[in-house]
Amino acid sequence: MASTATVAGIGPVFHLEEEHAHAEGGSTMLGFWLYLMSDCLIFAMLFAAYGVLGGNYAAGPAPKDLFDLDLVAVNTAMLLFSSITYGFAMLTMDKGRVAATQAWLAVTGLFGLAFLSIELYEFAHMIHEGATPQRSAFLSSFFTLVGTHGLHVTFGTVWLVTLMVQVARFGLIEANRRRLMCLSMFWHFLDVVWIGVFTFVYLMGMLR
Amino acid sequence: MSAHDHAADHDHAHGGAAHGSLRGCLIGFVLSVILTAIPFWLVMTGAIDDKQATAIVVMAFAAVQIVVHMVFFLHMNTTSEGGWSMLALIFTLILVVIVLTGSLWVMYHLNANMMPGIHDMREMP
Repeated sequence: MASTATVAGIGPVFHLEEEHAHAEGGSTMLGFWLYLMSDCLIFAMLFAAYGVLGGNYAAGPAPKDLFDLDLVAVNTAMLLFSSITYGFAMLTMDKGRVAATQAWLAVTGLFGLAFLSIELYEFAHMIHEGATPQRSAFLSSFFTLVGTHGLHVTFGTVWLVTLMVQVARFGLIEANRRRLMCLSMFWHFLDVVWIGVFTFVYLMGMLR
Repeated sequence: MSAHDHAADHDHAHGGAAHGSLRGCLIGFVLSVILTAIPFWLVMTGAIDDKQATAIVVMAFAAVQIVVHMVFFLHMNTTSEGGWSMLALIFTLILVVIVLTGSLWVMYHLNANMMPGIHDMREMP
């Protein structure tokens, strides 16, 4: 791997052999994974805040008064379906079938939009009942945690539409494949965070 | 390491990373559905009388489901990216555990010790 040579007047010189050029984007996947890990820490902070403040209702509504588990179950199903349809999009991408990939991406986007619509409906319903983020520490931390996840899904959906335009214009070129793989990790990561949300916030909230 | 080994490494990094099979995808999906449905069913019907026990079971299901997602959807394994992604994951998990248990533990005890304080303060001159 390495060798030393003695150059007169300077002394030993150390240099690596076989220093090779890295292909463009060769380190993107690891870099994106590191970004996801930092995102994971953001969510850990928000979960910790919710864990600490989640019981402080300030004589306001408690989870039992607000949460509708049927709605949360439907929401969870939307995100789960979007996860498997994105998986199908990646499988068809591997086979180089542009139209099928686009179709699966579109289905994934629709499930993402359905998830966001249900969540916005839930938020609007809660705010209409007076359960605003200002009402209590529980509601502040609830809206921050679930809202941050919703914001991630929103940006994921924007990213998905952007990539569909990219694929439509340039096809499944190497760069687009790389981008789709990054979004795949992002999308599945959001599903993992949602497991934490529906368990700690909704299910545990109903048990309180 | 020879030049040939380097080429093989790169082929692996590009060809073997983050690509699942249809079978893996479907297994992951079916497992997730089961692991989601059971906790929802437990809480909605109150199948277990003890709330504490229900909470522990629900959390256990969540932990298993997170691992399922990591393996089948995020394609985590110990060899991808030369083990660096697994190392980053382990490091992050350690931080998450410290943040969560630390916050909950400290703040619980803070709350527990502060509760009677309100009355004490009123009686102070």
